[in-house]
Formats: sequence, structure tokens, C-alpha cells
Amino acid sequence: MVATKLDPKFKDEVSKTRGGQNIKRCYQCGTCNVGCPVREIEEKYNPRKIIRMTILGMRERVLSSEFIWLCSACYTCSERCPQDVRIADVMNALKNLAVKEGHVHSSFAKRLEVIEANGRLFPVSQFDNAKRKELGLPQIPPKNEEVQELCKLVGSSKPSNVGGGG
Amino acid sequence: MSKYALFLGCTIPARQPNYELSSRKALAKLEVELVDLPDMTCCSPPPVQSLDLETSLAIASYNLCLAEEAGLDLLALCSGCFESLAIANAELKHDPELKARINRILSATGKQFRGTVEIKHLLEVLNEDIGLKRLKAAVSRPLSNLKIAPFYGCHALRPSELLKLDDPEQPHILETLIEALGAKSLEYPNKLKCCGGLLRGVSDKLALELARDKLLNASKAGADCIATLCPFCFVALDIGQIQIRSKLDETFDIPILHYSELLALALGVESSELALETHKIRVDKILDRI
Repeated sequence: MVATKLDPKFKDEVSKTRGGQNIKRCYQCGTCNVGCPVREIEEKYNPRKIIRMTILGMRERVLSSEFIWLCSACYTCSERCPQDVRIADVMNALKNLAVKEGHVHSSFAKRLEVIEANGRLFPVSQFDNAKRKELGLPQIPPKNEEVQELCKLVGSSKPSNVGGGG
Repeated sequence: MSKYALFLGCTIPARQPNYELSSRKALAKLEVELVDLPDMTCCSPPPVQSLDLETSLAIASYNLCLAEEAGLDLLALCSGCFESLAIANAELKHDPELKARINRILSATGKQFRGTVEIKHLLEVLNEDIGLKRLKAAVSRPLSNLKIAPFYGCHALRPSELLKLDDPEQPHILETLIEALGAKSLEYPNKLKCCGGLLRGVSDKLALELARDKLLNASKAGADCIATLCPFCFVALDIGQIQIRSKLDETFDIPILHYSELLALALGVESSELALETHKIRVDKILDRI
């Protein structure tokens, strides 16, 4: 195994990123793993380990990992953590940092394209609006230029893909 | 009479007319007035937060600003929208520095977040504005032959510190509202666990396994149907059954209904008015029993 380069300041970088504020409180009890619905099915997903690797400074391994994208954002770990580490928010902070480094899971990259193009994750098409009219539902404007402008700010660096999705 | 700006988000208007029609018709019967603000858009849910949290908070706040301009509190049907908007609202109200940063981003749209409105989940409006007594009195077609498995999903309840809907480990609001319609609410293992909806497209295998677990437990408990609150949970459990059949070779045939659909039926709305053909798992056997 190749020795991993460590970045002792990585934990500070995470703790300064919104959502990552409490990461240094983790004492590795593993309560997050016990309640995690994803880990129950996929043992490779291990939030406790991701936090440990982050605190140890394994910056590149963590940010390029496919696992940070497997958090389902259910917040069970955040509810139960005795140290209020807010693990789901830490995972979000790690993903935000990964995006800045150019690592983004392919399925998320696709969502980014959709939201940039439409200002919505599920655009309402002309066909959808015709169906809505038939059902007596109000029409939805297909675009919102103001929100499209805001969406263009999302993930401003050029992402490369992590993992194949599906 | 209560009055709210209706927040539909993205998925409901594009994909789930059954959720929208049932909610609008049920709330009209309960004399809740809904106002449509046409510029309302995406709530900026966890997949967008994963890419860039601060911009995502700005997109959520844009919607809150529209409600502020209209002077109305928001009512969200989708639990994902409820969560994203409630988190943005709470965080910006309590963090002046964050509010200033988000307002700088928002200034490109001419909007400024002030923090003058609240966002409510459909269940809160039913429980608090209408109340159980009025709700029970309005039921004209009690669902007394139905055993219903309540499914909260994640984002109606968690993070509880910011959402404050109910106890995140032992909630009762959905069970109580199911029983108010005359039905029996069932207990089953893992009812508070994730449906896997947000993992669809990220890892379809994991997503289907998570959905399978809920379908299996609710079926074993003898549920006639599962009641959902969120369009992602609905997709995960409804279309999910078709995918589980082909990919995991396991057959379930358990109708998934949004709580709002059960509510509309119990309040006497005709089933033909509810776009029930949206369901991939047919709901006929439920209709036959009410």
C-alpha cells in the first residue's frame, strides 16, 4: 500500500466550511454507523471512518471518495450523535469541498446541468402544462431567469466525475 | 380561515398531479385558502446543497422572499421542500452574518431576505390550524376498513432542531391524523428510516434495497397501503416496486398513497377527480374498500 500524504490542516479547513463546524468534537463512538440506513445495507459506507480519515488529514482520499456521495441526508446520525458533530452537515461540507476540487459524482453533475439550464431540478414542460390545464391546475412558468442566474453560481469550478452512478 | 402561499417545488407540478390535486381539494373542503405565487421555483434540496450550500440557501431564500412580499406564510406539500426552506429560514433568521452574505447573492435578483414569514408542513396546518376535532367532523367517508402503514420519510422530521414538527424518534402526528380519518394506523419496524429516494441515480441498488425494506416490513405488518408525505418517498416506494420486481426479483403489490389522497377521499372528494392513474401500483383495491 502506498503511504497516503497527510494534510494536518484538513480538519481546520472542514471546520471552517459551513456544516463542518463541529467535526473536531468526534470521539469515534460509532453511534452514527449504528443508526445509518445506508450502512445497514452497504458495509463499505462508514461515516465514522470518513470523519476519522478527515481528522487524520487524508484530504485527497476523502475528497475523491465515492462514499461521501452515498449519504442519503436522512439526518439520523445528526439526531443521535452524543457530541453534536452534525454528521449529515459534515458530509455536506465534504461534498462542497470536493466539488471545489473538481470531484463530483456523475449523477450530481447531471443534476447541476439541469438546474443551471432551467432553474428547477424537474423542469415543467409544455406537455406538463397542457396536462395541468386539463386537470384544472394553474400553469407553471417554464423558466425563472432570476433563479437561473443564482443557479449559475452553484459549483463554480469545473467538475470531473467521481463514480459512475446507477 | 387560514391562508397560505402554496409551495409546490419541482417534482409535484411536473410529476405528481395526484399529490397536488388531492391537497388542493382537501384543503378547500377544510376552508384553507391557497395562493399561487407564479415565480416560486426550486427549494434547492440536498442534491443541490451537496454541490454548494451557500448558493443553495440563496435559492431557497429567493422563494421565502416571494412569500414575504406577498405577506403570507408558506405551506409545503413536499417534505424535501419543507426541510430546505425551513432550514434556510431558521438559519438566516438566527445568523445575521449569514443573512448578509446571502442577501449579497440575492441582490442580483433584486430580492432581500427579511425573515418575516414561517414555513409550515401540510401536517402542521391540519393539526394546528384545522385541529383534530374539526377534521374528524369533516370526514364524510371514514376509512374504517383500512389498515395504513404511516411512512414519515426523513425530511418532515429531521433535523428536528430546525424543523420542530414532532419528536424525531417517537413521532405521532401522522398516526394521529391517519386515525382521525377513521383508519387504523399500523406499527412496523424501520418506519422512521430513509426510503432511499435521494440515492436513486447515485446507487440504484442501495436505493432499491432501502425501499424494499419498508415495503417488506409494512406488508408483513398487514398494511393495506402505505401513507407517504413526500414525492421522493412516493416514487421510491411506488415506481420502486416495479423496479424491485425486475431487478431484485421480488414482488410486492402494496398501494402507496400520499396522506393528502387518503384525506381527500375521506372528505368525500370523488376518486375520479384525483388523477389516481399517476400511481404505478394500482389503488383500486383501496377504493373498493372505502
